[in-house]
Amino acid sequence: MSSYFFLEDNSVETTVKKYLKKIDENSHLNAFITVAENYALEQAKIVDEKIKNRTAGKLAGLVISLKDLICTKGIRTTAGSKILENFIPPYDASLVKNLKNEDAVIIGKNNLDEFAMGSSNETSAFGKVLHPLDNSLVPGGSSGGSAVSVAAGLSRVSLGSETGGSIRQPAAFCGVVGLKTTYGRVSRYGVTAFASSFDQVGPIGKTVEDVARVTEVISGFDKMDSTSAPNSVPDYTQFLNQDVKGLKMGVLKECFDEGVDPEIKKSVLETIELLRKNGAEIKEVSLPLLKYGIATYYILTTAEASANLARYDGIRYTYRNGEAKGLDEVYVKSRSEGFGTEVKRRIMLGTYVLSAGYYDAFYAKGQKVRTLMQKEMNETFAGLDCILAPTTPNLPFKAGEKLDDPLKMYLNDIFTVSANLTGIPSLSVPCGNAKNGLPIGIQIMAKSFDEGMTFRVGDFIEKNIKILA
Amino acid sequence: MDYEPIIGLEVHIQLKTKTKAFCGCSTTYGSEENTQTCPVCLGMLGALPVLNEEVVNFAIKLGLATESEIASKSIFSRKNYFYPDLTKGYQISQYDKPILENGKLEIETENGSKKIGITRIHIEEDTGKSNHSETFVNSTGLDFNRCGTALLEMVSEPEISNSKEASAYIAALRQLVRYLGICDGNLEEGSMRCDANISVRPVGQEKFGTKVEVKNMNSLRNVEKAIDYEIKRQIQDIKNGKEIQQVTCLWNAEKGITIPMRSKEDSDDYRYFPEPDLVPLLVNENWINEVERTLPELPSAKRNRFQKDFKLSAYDSGVLSASKEIADYFEETLKFSKDPKQTANLVMGEVMRILKETKLEVNEIKVTPEKLGEILTLLKGKKINQQAAKTIFDEVAETGEKPEKVMKAKGLEQVLDSNEMETWLEEVIAENPNEVERFKNGERQLQGFFMGQIMKKSRGKANPGMVAKLLNQKLN
Repeated sequence: MSSYFFLEDNSVETTVKKYLKKIDENSHLNAFITVAENYALEQAKIVDEKIKNRTAGKLAGLVISLKDLICTKGIRTTAGSKILENFIPPYDASLVKNLKNEDAVIIGKNNLDEFAMGSSNETSAFGKVLHPLDNSLVPGGSSGGSAVSVAAGLSRVSLGSETGGSIRQPAAFCGVVGLKTTYGRVSRYGVTAFASSFDQVGPIGKTVEDVARVTEVISGFDKMDSTSAPNSVPDYTQFLNQDVKGLKMGVLKECFDEGVDPEIKKSVLETIELLRKNGAEIKEVSLPLLKYGIATYYILTTAEASANLARYDGIRYTYRNGEAKGLDEVYVKSRSEGFGTEVKRRIMLGTYVLSAGYYDAFYAKGQKVRTLMQKEMNETFAGLDCILAPTTPNLPFKAGEKLDDPLKMYLNDIFTVSANLTGIPSLSVPCGNAKNGLPIGIQIMAKSFDEGMTFRVGDFIEKNIKILA
Repeated sequence: MDYEPIIGLEVHIQLKTKTKAFCGCSTTYGSEENTQTCPVCLGMLGALPVLNEEVVNFAIKLGLATESEIASKSIFSRKNYFYPDLTKGYQISQYDKPILENGKLEIETENGSKKIGITRIHIEEDTGKSNHSETFVNSTGLDFNRCGTALLEMVSEPEISNSKEASAYIAALRQLVRYLGICDGNLEEGSMRCDANISVRPVGQEKFGTKVEVKNMNSLRNVEKAIDYEIKRQIQDIKNGKEIQQVTCLWNAEKGITIPMRSKEDSDDYRYFPEPDLVPLLVNENWINEVERTLPELPSAKRNRFQKDFKLSAYDSGVLSASKEIADYFEETLKFSKDPKQTANLVMGEVMRILKETKLEVNEIKVTPEKLGEILTLLKGKKINQQAAKTIFDEVAETGEKPEKVMKAKGLEQVLDSNEMETWLEEVIAENPNEVERFKNGERQLQGFFMGQIMKKSRGKANPGMVAKLLNQKLN
């Protein structure tokens, strides 16, 4: 029985009941939109049977939750939006099939910013998610429910998704580990699209090992996703429990300028010092184009989103205003009522940047900058194993503080978006605490498909730094 | 002042691939509504398109057949607009980098053949169908079986000079796509849909006039009628001092007029941008060569070969190569009959007649090439005459019996014995003294009458040539 890494109790059923109880006790955090209680208990029994017969998969014992934009057959999937409040997918996302094949038990669907648009998990139609350490603070977003779920022990691992920092930022805010996978590493089939050329699913867990083991199962080519990569998937546990001697690490200069919280700066620099003392070669690197990151990100992602969200039109499976008369009114009323403010703001932005007469000035230019940033990133990585930077410029902030100031909110992603624009993997791990106890995260960026390197360095940090529980 | 029309055509060619362009759903026509759908073509969340390679094969075929440049890298784009039968809110299409460009299509005109330039041919997906019929009270029915079916949109250069050329272009394209086996080419059922851009300008003027787009012409006849109407209307308007507006019109076949639908000002901004869910389409030489190997002989090549190798007239060659199936049937029969002219006559006469009468396809009739070849061999060996050949053909078409068996069973074997024939002739002369008298007095047209009488006596078995010869000997 001990050969199953994720097994926590004598039976999976016991584990599921334990998590269900925790979910119930912490319902005020609002980390779940749907708890699949019956489904999880049924599955647990099946997995227990398989364990008895020694036919269970790698993830037997794992109780996992999913950001509620990952489609689950028979379990409601809302993307945090009223427009999908009653949608039950008739299909599983490809990565969900992978999880099921390896006998993970899905316990429920985590809250998120509506359509993953937000950095504070305040835009969900199902209410905001609270920070587990201080309920007046935001947990980060958009995968806020996922990070809280793991931090508060409501599930062992949760799958989040990133378009621009949406796994790493809440992971850093909540003091857990979160991986943004290489673009193309994990199939997007069945993952509700925000911006297709950015979106990637990745795990959030308490430890690097949990994240590494789940990453391995959800990764790989999928014929249902033309953009998924054919690269083979290594056994990621081989990167754990290694030293960092001789590793060449870049430290991203731009992330230590003014505007970064001094406590974050201090903690991250101390972590880098620890790595240096253990034999890592540290050098300062610069990404001058980073200053265009947020602007480029918002032009390109909103453009793609404006098209991706056009399918929620009130015609087939989405919310429809019952009183609407005629086609135009069905569209206008259903979409006006079904979408929240932030989503509508981004659809309008995206529609604008793609419009005739503006396309070249915005979208086409944005694509050019993105290409340049990818080139710059490749050049910067020459001779390096990884690049280090703080995950966020600031500590978790008060709920409501930035909701009415989109620009301020968007700047939260300033350190994370470069990985999204360039497609590379990046792992956020806790590296310290502020004086008030709030967690601080450091991110380890690596070359495309070198998730293993982020695990190696992250695992080392995790095992050599003292962090408050 | 004289005006000349300038016409460009946009044709949507619905590809008969087994499955849709970006998902595995069947494309079978006429199934129950919404039974050929899946999360991908229904535009459900997270569902992603994956390009069907057969679509690319079909596009390459048309590219080779129209001498188009085949792009080594082409890009899919999203064309954004809202309509209930468009599930994703955008149509996957190709915009600035289509798979095919700069081709040409040869058409037959009154003044000989003419090559019409093809600007571009691109891949896109079809929409579903809205049903506004009375079945749906205060609502509209939506059927997504067609949604996601592959189309090729082919845009011609504005090089078509009149309605006859336009219909010749459509006819030539229809023949081509049927030959290539990529489309049914059925205008009435919409597997080929055609829009025309029409403008007129004073003869000698270089600048194009304002163009009007005409849609909804679902037959060759309607293409001609709509274009003729629109040209006449535009010239009339200009002569009356009215400015031509850039509009899109619908052809109303019942009233025989074009009706403006929307003007350029309120036309949509489709906000095209590269489809991020699909990777660029890369086509290398190998792929093109592989497809080229599967390419059938094209209609014009076949027509020329029939003329040259079989010494058939241009007209006969055209008729026999009009469809690949007929051409194949003809050539297959020729293997048995070895007589191109006689074979051509029977195929264009009897076979085409039977096809029309029975509404069967040529590969469905009971007169197989082998059996028709046998009939032709009997004819050539003078075992039967033309009349008997037709009788046997009809019998074989009905029963599928072997021709020789039919010949024997019906006693249709040609009589070449001159004694027997002389007997019949004597009898006819004796029975028709008046006609004999008139014939001798110069009414030569009565020869046919005598022939007929003798044939009747012989029950069709007499050899007409020998009868004619005998007749002349006896009566002169």
